Amino acid sequence: MGALIGLGASAIAEMVSSKEISALEVTQEHLALIESHDKNLNSFLQITADAAISAAKEVDAKIARGEDPGPLAGVPIALKDNLVTRGLATTCASQILKGWKPPYSATVVEKVSAAGGVALGKTNLDEFAMGSSTENSSFGPTKNPYDLKRVPGGSSGGSAAAVAAKFAPLALGSDTGGSIRQPAALCGIVGVKPTYGTVSRYGLIAFASSLDQIGPFARSVKDAAMLLQVIAGHDPKDSTSLERPFPDLISNLDKGVQGLRVGIIDELIDGAAPMVGDALMASADSLGDQGAKVEHVSVPAVTYGLSAYYLIAPAEASSNLARYDGVRYGLRVEGQDMNETYVSTRTKGFGAEVKRRIMLGTFALSSGYYDAYYAKAQKVRTMIIDSFQNAYDRFDVLLSPTAPTTAFELGAKAADPLSMYLSDVCTIPTNLAGHPAMSIPYGLGENQMPIGIQVLAPALGEVNMFRVARAIENAAPTITKGLFWN
Amino acid sequence: MANLAKLSLSEEEELMYTDQLAAILDHARDIMALDTDDLSPTAHPLELRNVFRPDVEAASLSRDEVLSQAPASEDGRFLVPRILGEAP
Repeated sequence: MGALIGLGASAIAEMVSSKEISALEVTQEHLALIESHDKNLNSFLQITADAAISAAKEVDAKIARGEDPGPLAGVPIALKDNLVTRGLATTCASQILKGWKPPYSATVVEKVSAAGGVALGKTNLDEFAMGSSTENSSFGPTKNPYDLKRVPGGSSGGSAAAVAAKFAPLALGSDTGGSIRQPAALCGIVGVKPTYGTVSRYGLIAFASSLDQIGPFARSVKDAAMLLQVIAGHDPKDSTSLERPFPDLISNLDKGVQGLRVGIIDELIDGAAPMVGDALMASADSLGDQGAKVEHVSVPAVTYGLSAYYLIAPAEASSNLARYDGVRYGLRVEGQDMNETYVSTRTKGFGAEVKRRIMLGTFALSSGYYDAYYAKAQKVRTMIIDSFQNAYDRFDVLLSPTAPTTAFELGAKAADPLSMYLSDVCTIPTNLAGHPAMSIPYGLGENQMPIGIQVLAPALGEVNMFRVARAIENAAPTITKGLFWN
Repeated sequence: MANLAKLSLSEEEELMYTDQLAAILDHARDIMALDTDDLSPTAHPLELRNVFRPDVEAASLSRDEVLSQAPASEDGRFLVPRILGEAP
């Protein structure tokens, strides 16, 4: 193992900028670790070693010329493979995009590269980001770096596993119902879903457009803040991106939690495993010790989040995924006529979970069922937003478990979609409301697997959310368990 | 539903999806009982408004690069199987 493995993003950027180390050696060490160990983890679908090495050399050259290399100078980063990268295969872990090389790059990819970040490759995911375990990838599941028999969570399981395994200090994922926060919790790292509209979705392959948001993975709250700071901001190419200036997270990070009002969401403790509930209460106590006012709060409508989500998200997906028709990109299975070509292409190209959600969404939107299902779910979405609003009248942030359990074994929930969906019960309400939330690791459960605590905030409440996350991180038990490779 | 979604299912798949989708919709019954008469639906978390950009020319994606990724193209266009029947 190289000496630079395990350094955080802020440390690397500082050392590279001050010429203590070179971006090239940082990149080479991370690539070597991936090369020797990712065959057991399957976190990357594609490793772009040559591009990474030239990007690193470019950072070093900039520094040698005395230019500003950017805040992510020489920091390796892994990209979820639903972010398009010009000229580099982008698959969404689906057979339907086989061979497609996008003609443009996502805004976040451009921003990371302009900030001096070095992309190492594209990471595994549940096909089209639909899933909670990364088992729905058509390229095989990713494993949990703390136990190769268990799942890393999903859908951004490849990104989460890569950061937890120290293959990269940073990664990008996308979160539609918990797809950043849940795998972050299961892999023992930090994962953030920002306020809807904070990060441009241009170049993020759409799943459910009113819920999707890109966000960072890191091994510390500070590093996550650093990456979010780089990718946040208005983008004219995304008409839903907010025009507000994004606040400075880093300078507010260590202001402490004195006087902040923290509410523990009662409804989300009920279904959680006892060890997860215990960790939540311990993290809440530590916030109290640091000066926060901690109380229990009831947010009754969150219990309806799962039902509303599994009508709204599939409805939007069935519409978004209509574009995969074998005409403009990816796979085509030619039939006698156009209709047969559509059907054969989609039948061969989509996996089981994607088909399930397309049919569920088609049903929820179909004439005769629209009002009873889709329209009803949209009204419940309003109810959830109102319920959160009541809580935020009295509290600055809310706390809950990120996931009801720690990482489960591969195959444990694969045959029962509903039980898989239940692993997102704590994260989904945030997406429906468009609010920010993040997961912070809080030690290990009795099964020696990581536990995540979720901090939720009202729209645009990232500054307080990160202050609380930092305070929890300061108090959290260190994870002493070794990774699969050490 | 599969037909509407342009998917074709084997008999075995039909049975599997019928069961699974029924279980998911059954779970969704908890919201059917809620009184939502006074609530307006939320389609989107932001207050949506029309977004316009200044009407100035800007480069679009390269046509050749886009078409090079299509399953088939001809003369600067996407090429698809026949849509209409033979002319009478």
